[in-house]
Amino acid sequence: MSMMDWIDARFPATKMWKEHLSEYYAPKNFNFWYYFGSLALLILVLQIVTGIFLTMNYKPDAELAFASVEYIMRDVEWGWLIRYLHSTGASAFFVVIYLHMFRGLMYGSYKQPRELIWIFGMLLYVVLMAEAFMGYLLPWGQMSYWGAQVIISLFGALPVIGEDLALWIRGDYVVADATLNRFFAMHVIALPIVLLGLVAAHILALHEVGSNNPDGVEIKKNKDANGKPVDGIPFHPYYTVKDLVGVVVFLFIFSLVLFYMPEFGGWFLEKDNFIPADPLKTPEHIVPLWYFTPFYAILRAVPDKLFGVIAMGLAIVVLFLLPWLDRSRTRSIRYRGPYFRIALVVFVISFLALGYLGTQPATFLYTLMAQIFTVLYFAFFLLMPIYTKFDKDKPVPERVTTK
Amino acid sequence: MRNLIFAALVSIFSVFSTLAIAAGPSSKLDTVDIDLTDKASLQRGAHTFVNYCLSCHGASLMRYNRMAKDLGLTDDQVTENLMFATDKIGDTMQIAMRAEDAKRWFGVVPPDLSVIARARGTNWLYTYLRTFYLDESRPMGTNNLAFKDVGMPHVLWEQQGYQAIDEDGHLSVEQEGALTPRQYDMMSRDLVNFLAYISEPSKLQRLALGKWVLLYLAIFFVIALALKKAYWKDVH
Amino acid sequence: MSDTIDTGKRRFLTAAASVVGGAGAVAVAIPFVSSIAPSAKAEAAGAPVQIDISQLEPGQLLTVEWRGKPVWIFRRSEEILNALTTLNDELRDPQSEQTQQPEYAQNETRSIRKEVMVMVGICTHLGCSPTYRPEIAPEDLGANWKGGFFCPCHGSRFDLAGRVFQGVPAPSNLVVPPYHFQGDNVVIVGEDAQGAA
Repeated sequence: MSMMDWIDARFPATKMWKEHLSEYYAPKNFNFWYYFGSLALLILVLQIVTGIFLTMNYKPDAELAFASVEYIMRDVEWGWLIRYLHSTGASAFFVVIYLHMFRGLMYGSYKQPRELIWIFGMLLYVVLMAEAFMGYLLPWGQMSYWGAQVIISLFGALPVIGEDLALWIRGDYVVADATLNRFFAMHVIALPIVLLGLVAAHILALHEVGSNNPDGVEIKKNKDANGKPVDGIPFHPYYTVKDLVGVVVFLFIFSLVLFYMPEFGGWFLEKDNFIPADPLKTPEHIVPLWYFTPFYAILRAVPDKLFGVIAMGLAIVVLFLLPWLDRSRTRSIRYRGPYFRIALVVFVISFLALGYLGTQPATFLYTLMAQIFTVLYFAFFLLMPIYTKFDKDKPVPERVTTK
Repeated sequence: MRNLIFAALVSIFSVFSTLAIAAGPSSKLDTVDIDLTDKASLQRGAHTFVNYCLSCHGASLMRYNRMAKDLGLTDDQVTENLMFATDKIGDTMQIAMRAEDAKRWFGVVPPDLSVIARARGTNWLYTYLRTFYLDESRPMGTNNLAFKDVGMPHVLWEQQGYQAIDEDGHLSVEQEGALTPRQYDMMSRDLVNFLAYISEPSKLQRLALGKWVLLYLAIFFVIALALKKAYWKDVH
Repeated sequence: MSDTIDTGKRRFLTAAASVVGGAGAVAVAIPFVSSIAPSAKAEAAGAPVQIDISQLEPGQLLTVEWRGKPVWIFRRSEEILNALTTLNDELRDPQSEQTQQPEYAQNETRSIRKEVMVMVGICTHLGCSPTYRPEIAPEDLGANWKGGFFCPCHGSRFDLAGRVFQGVPAPSNLVVPPYHFQGDNVVIVGEDAQGAA
């Protein structure tokens, strides 16, 4: 009896290997957009490993935090590399996740029967935003401090309980040592556990129903005599070797940023964050992290504190509802009619524009533009049941297409 | 299609990386060309720093022995010429002045300069060092173009002399200093170079390592691509 | 699937990717592993310490801190030095053959100068700090005790040159740190005469 048999009799190692890799049949027509799932997983591992090593030297104390980050950058051997991996990794995470989500939008990956994959993915996105937001407080620079101050104050907008809630989140009258300490706890243990659980759910749900593809064709409908999908290929080795190429290309771009422009012009590491947090002095221009700016722009576009917060919240909630807002039977953009195509282009432009406006000072013109794009953002979702129902979709082929 | 997407990503990437977040003063800054590999310049900058800055501003995250190593100096050279506040080479560049005294004398506590070059940028520092001008309305008698109503006096006045400002905001020499304007610019540049160095001592290490990592990934890419193609041959 | 699969090529490329990828993984591990080593701050805090011993009387023990550890500086009297040579039969390593000391302290007294002992005050058994017991033949240590160090944790015994006795849990002599003298009265602990340790 081999070693593997011994293990398999006690733990489903071979079974799991087959189910998730060597006999998980993925459509053979994955394109560029299908790299980002595995890349997100790679970054998650990177963030966890670098995070563990940063935790060994970081001090979650308002008096010590700022200097401990610079201590890592200088006194800890290779600390600068580990820190830059983590800070660049944070932004890379969102780049990859946004592209991953856009892929889902384009090819209708959220549609029946993959609604739960989308829901788990959206939960991952929300938890990831919380994770990033709390992590960003830890360097305890001016941007960390005032960013947290502003975001936590949003909770103060809620009627009746608002102020008490904000106070409760901070654990003090302003963002202070207590806030830093609890954010640290959330960032290094609580939220990562949730993230890992959600990733498992996301992947299990995916492997239960099988992957979508750029044609939106269900490959399980066409099976050969052995019951294998005709248009499917085993994930391993085909997609492991393909994703390896994607990983190397990603790491090349990632290293380019990490080694030659880790601040990325102030977008990944902001200038003001090299000034220690000062509760008495707000920086001239507070900008949230780039990956929050679309929602920040929506917040500012609404001229009422409470409704601004609600609009911002709805902007995320509405994403969860996508599987039920889309009434078309066609998944992929390739066979969708003109309405959806136009709507998607408008949505992408609105999202990017809001992202840009969120980084700019709220002048009259910019606020007006933010309002227009906010309306367009919501229109994409709220009108979706109508324009997808009446859209002139093209016939979807029986089999996946390859170039 | 793939090329198009790639081109789009590259262009977004480059736009973002050059589009630095607009912040800080509206006044135009002088540009300074610094060179972290110029050890002579860094040594001169270190000399200026410990003689003129370090009495009020610390660099409490920077260790003397690290500086010695990076600037190509021996521990003894640093101990004898650049270390006045401590006798331990492993110490950081701290100051003796107490924060409350500083607050009384200058109205503010002089900031620690360890990472000031990353907070302000080198051009701002260079401009700041060069644009002190006489202003009787200020307690110290001087003001600054880069940092309006700054609490700090013009510490390097003996070198630069004093400048006066006209209605258009142009500066002119009012009282000559020991250095020519060109020499003073060089002194400022060396000091900014040094401040840039202490703000990220591992930067040169980072840049040097980057090349090898990219080279490695390029080689790995060739292998990975060949591997992928070898397997994908049988996918039709 | 085509039947012209070149398995040799695949095998070669898989091996090449594994080797190159593995080398990369090892290279990535290096920074992480070395980041756990003492930082520049710890090294600075563990820098050599200077001690003035001009006031140290014979028989007196001075404890200083070096790298967070107690270091004993002890001035031995003539009698103590004479007593040391009589103990050899009871010791595990009387000639200090194990490298528990720098070369310049590998001698009968385990020191540079006979009368000045410099020693890390940490028991070689499990890291407790032994107590200084200079008295001759105290009740609890027995009639043969000629003064030395006794570890309260597990009863290990050392003589006044830090040499371990037989029949105790500690396996080896106490550690002599790198040190040197500067003039007559200054000991520098943590550094050999020629440079940093």
